[in-house]
Amino acid sequence: MVKSEDTDRPSPDALLEAANRERRGTLKIFLGAAPGVGKTYAMLEAAHAARRDGVDVVVGLVETHGRAETARLLQGLDTVPRAAVEYRGRVFQEMDLDAILARRPALVLVDELAHSNIPGSRHVKRWQDVEELLAAGIQVWSTLNVQHLESLNDVVQRIAGVAVRETVPDAVLKGADEIELIDLPPEELRKRLAEGKVYVPDQAQRAVDRFFSTGTLTALREMALRQAAERVDAQMLSYMRRHGIAGPWPTRDRILVAVGADPAAPRLVRAAARMAERRQLPWTVAYVETHRHPGLPEAAKAEVTGAFRLAQQLGAETVVLPGEDITAELLGWARANNVSQIVLGRGRRRRFGRMLADDVLRRAGAYDVLLVGTATDRAAPAVVTTPPTAPPPDRADMAGWQPYGWAALALVAATLLSWAVFSLLPIANVSLVYLLAVLVTATRFGLVPSVVTAVAAFFSFNFFFTEPRFSLRVNTSDDLLTIGFFLVAAILTGQLASRLRAQIEATRTSQRRTANLYDFSRRVASAAGEDDVLWAVVHHVAATLQGRALVLLPVDGPLRIRAGYPPEDRLDDRAEAAAQWAWLNGQRAGRGSDTLPAADWLFLPLKTLRGTVGVLGVAVDRPGGRLSADQERLLDTLADQAALALERTQLVREIEAAEVAREKEQLRTALLSSLSHDLRTPLVSILGASTSLLTLEAELDDESRRELARTIQEEAERLNRFVQNLLDMTRLGSGGLKPKTDWADFSDIVAQALARARPLLRGRPVRVDLAPDLPLLQLDPVLMEQVLFNLLDNAAKYSPATGSITIWARRRGDQVVAEVCDQGPGIPPGDRDRVFDMFYRVAGGDQQTAGTGLGLAIAKGIVEAHGGSIGVLDGMHGVGACLVLRLPVPADLPPAPPDGAAPDGPAPDGPARDAPVLDAPAGKV
Amino acid sequence: MARILVVDDEAQIRRFLRISLGANGHAVAEAETGAEAVALVRADPPDLVILDLGLPDMDGQEVVSAIREDSAVPILVLSVRAGEGDKVEALDRGAEDYVAKPFGIAELMARVRVALRRSPQAPKPAVVTAGGVEIDLDRRIVQRDGAEVRLSRREQDLLFVLARSADHVLTHQQILRAVWGPAHVEDTAYLRVYVNQLRQKLEADATQPQLIVTEPGVGYRLRTDQG
Repeated sequence: MVKSEDTDRPSPDALLEAANRERRGTLKIFLGAAPGVGKTYAMLEAAHAARRDGVDVVVGLVETHGRAETARLLQGLDTVPRAAVEYRGRVFQEMDLDAILARRPALVLVDELAHSNIPGSRHVKRWQDVEELLAAGIQVWSTLNVQHLESLNDVVQRIAGVAVRETVPDAVLKGADEIELIDLPPEELRKRLAEGKVYVPDQAQRAVDRFFSTGTLTALREMALRQAAERVDAQMLSYMRRHGIAGPWPTRDRILVAVGADPAAPRLVRAAARMAERRQLPWTVAYVETHRHPGLPEAAKAEVTGAFRLAQQLGAETVVLPGEDITAELLGWARANNVSQIVLGRGRRRRFGRMLADDVLRRAGAYDVLLVGTATDRAAPAVVTTPPTAPPPDRADMAGWQPYGWAALALVAATLLSWAVFSLLPIANVSLVYLLAVLVTATRFGLVPSVVTAVAAFFSFNFFFTEPRFSLRVNTSDDLLTIGFFLVAAILTGQLASRLRAQIEATRTSQRRTANLYDFSRRVASAAGEDDVLWAVVHHVAATLQGRALVLLPVDGPLRIRAGYPPEDRLDDRAEAAAQWAWLNGQRAGRGSDTLPAADWLFLPLKTLRGTVGVLGVAVDRPGGRLSADQERLLDTLADQAALALERTQLVREIEAAEVAREKEQLRTALLSSLSHDLRTPLVSILGASTSLLTLEAELDDESRRELARTIQEEAERLNRFVQNLLDMTRLGSGGLKPKTDWADFSDIVAQALARARPLLRGRPVRVDLAPDLPLLQLDPVLMEQVLFNLLDNAAKYSPATGSITIWARRRGDQVVAEVCDQGPGIPPGDRDRVFDMFYRVAGGDQQTAGTGLGLAIAKGIVEAHGGSIGVLDGMHGVGACLVLRLPVPADLPPAPPDGAAPDGPAPDGPARDAPVLDAPAGKV
Repeated sequence: MARILVVDDEAQIRRFLRISLGANGHAVAEAETGAEAVALVRADPPDLVILDLGLPDMDGQEVVSAIREDSAVPILVLSVRAGEGDKVEALDRGAEDYVAKPFGIAELMARVRVALRRSPQAPKPAVVTAGGVEIDLDRRIVQRDGAEVRLSRREQDLLFVLARSADHVLTHQQILRAVWGPAHVEDTAYLRVYVNQLRQKLEADATQPQLIVTEPGVGYRLRTDQG
């Protein structure tokens, strides 16, 4: 809601816009519905008037189309000669823009704003010429037919059957400072056409009959009128803002419907809906929530909630206005939101019997006020006039006669106390004691009990304490005055106190609601995934309503329960149907709603702008199982928030899915390029070498032949490695690469890998530095050998030809750490994670090595399958890179084997549980 | 020299085996299917069968068993590199040895030589020499470069089991059963430790063993033809 003070101040944007306009020339457009309505004529007449007023007017360009009356009007006006523009051998007359700019008149007339200039002119369109004139600070008057407006182009074509090629952007019309609508009834225009007074452009000649039919002209006229009307709206709003004038400004009507907590509300809403529909107006349904609202019966609150829901379904906005003075709140909102019409129920009675309608009518001033008959009002007056006697929600158990019991008690206590002080103090003090009782009743139990107490106190005071005592008669006028004042004071005090109490109660309620919502949004916001959000939602909703809650989401199509508190995994058929209905129709269904109310659950759609994301189900197991109106409103808000939170997680998931898809695509591309390159290159060599051997057999010497044969062998081996990598990768990817672990000696595996990699190392020195006390590990020897082979292969690829390679391993706590180090260029820190990605190769400058980009990815996959890890560190002494393996040492170490010291046969029960240490050689040679 | 039956469904592989084996002086017979191979072995027992485990008509393992039913002819199995399970199974079913595909012809010829040498008729040698190590099986003496190496009882047992099948792969289970007894066929950790100790005592460089070589996932082999 916008406070009226805000609109009373000119908005900075409006002032800035106005300031800009002051420098520019102003544009006035004579807008017509069709050719021949007399735009040019009107413009020239106005120009003469301006000239008479001393304005420096020139005619930039006006087409007379050979009409004498128009040509006559041109006389007496200063005309800038046209410029000749040559195009394709012909000479055309165009407006001389430069001449006008040089002449610098105060006002220039430029006919036919939609005109397209001859190619070769400065601008393509005449409206651009006009822009330039305006920018130069010259005032421009121009003419325009509505069919030339860009946005109406296709509409005009449909109606008139004429394709309009010359168009003007709507912004030009919108930006015009003034529009003068030149209107002519269609019949008169047709008459003018028949008299030959209308210039019809060549291209329209064929369609002239259709274009100038009454139907078409009427349509065009309506369009022109509407343009002008919208324009007026905009201008007025702009003016209002510029001058900080408070509304109402009866331009764009908005209907404001004030509903109360009574059964007439839906009727009022429907009436307003029909009105808004008929008049194509936006409308708003408002409810003023006073301090008495929390004390209203649930049924009455439900009327408001229901009316709001109905209004939303019928396309209204809804707003709750907190405040005490209903009329002031309504009028304030109306002023701030340009409401022109206020719709009220006729029978809304306010305190002391005054009707709200009367009050509004009296104070509405500029607004139209429409009173809608509310026949049901009288049928159920109790609801409407019920004062806020109902107990506050947290004292719901104090309903019925209980407050009056307490009130009676307070009265008796007051009487006894008064009896005690009566003998000592003057009679006035007795009234104070009674007042105290009234005050207590009011603050505790609200208005009606306090009024009852006040009246009872009055009688009791009269009966017990005024002369003659023990009778209701009053002797002295003093006493009469005393008890009279007492009654008034008691009732007023009671009212004040009870209102204070109600206000505090209202504040507490709204505070609780705010705290609840805040708590909820905090919990939902901090939930990371969908499951967390769902749990937070059901838990919070269940706790708030002291019932059960669940969320249903579409899981692969059908709606399924995704979360429940307390956990729930089945719904009965009725509830199922209600949930489905709520999901499909985006409206609430089930208990307490209009659809399938027999279900135990109430289902609310979780709606966002993108649509319904799921369904929230609630069930209250209390007798009756209905929600209070307050709870319903809170629930609606919670549902909105939950929907947003769910949408957020769903969006995140969609983004992640898109990311995965993108990565997959990248991988596929990399795989294809790798296959075509890495498979083909060795094949080229093999084919080349073998065909050479076959065809050049005679010419080749032995050395060349061996060379070719060796090429075939080496390339075939390379191919074999690549295929092995691909196979390993495929099995890793499909999860089929399960290590077949067994106790293995790491140094043995290193030795095998080294033996196999020897040809690849091409004589590079290898330093093997393995701790002699390495424990046995649980490894798949074949896979782990592949890891070390790949690491050695990698080291060889990125090492200079003479760079040494070091294999190093030590035990570190419960890990064996092994490193394979090279003396190559090293791996930049930014690439250290990515080298383990499939098909990733560090850009290797010109020494592009024939890697597949798979080796390290495979190594990583295998090591991780062993529960280990792999990483990159700087090489030794800052040279090259080290690939570091960390392999877990099994907690459950193998039993120490029986040694020869135990001479007899198998000894299964090895005594030691220590790690079997691989003995250092007894006598190393 | 010897008559060798090559069983493989790939014509190109049979062709290069025929040429290479022929160049080494062997007479080569060929079979495309398992059934054909079994029939040929029955009709005219060769000196050696080279058998591809991947055959179109029946599982290569069954071919091994079928041949073993009525013949002791050495079988050399051709298997893919990662198929340790297949290798062990074939060895358990009675195959002599295996070669992992793809293989170089030098490797194959070495295996063929060993397999032919170990054919049933061949006498068991009393002394096995591998590099600088001399193993006297009868006298239970092990010498390295002429000096006696002191071995524990288990180490000796292990070494002799390997030496009796010199150049021949022995599976972990076979070794464990022979050295530690049938109750310990799963205790590969024993084996790792003792092999390591033997290497420390016998190999020139224990980090790059040349004498007792590991057959990954299968077992060990004592190599005599180093170089």
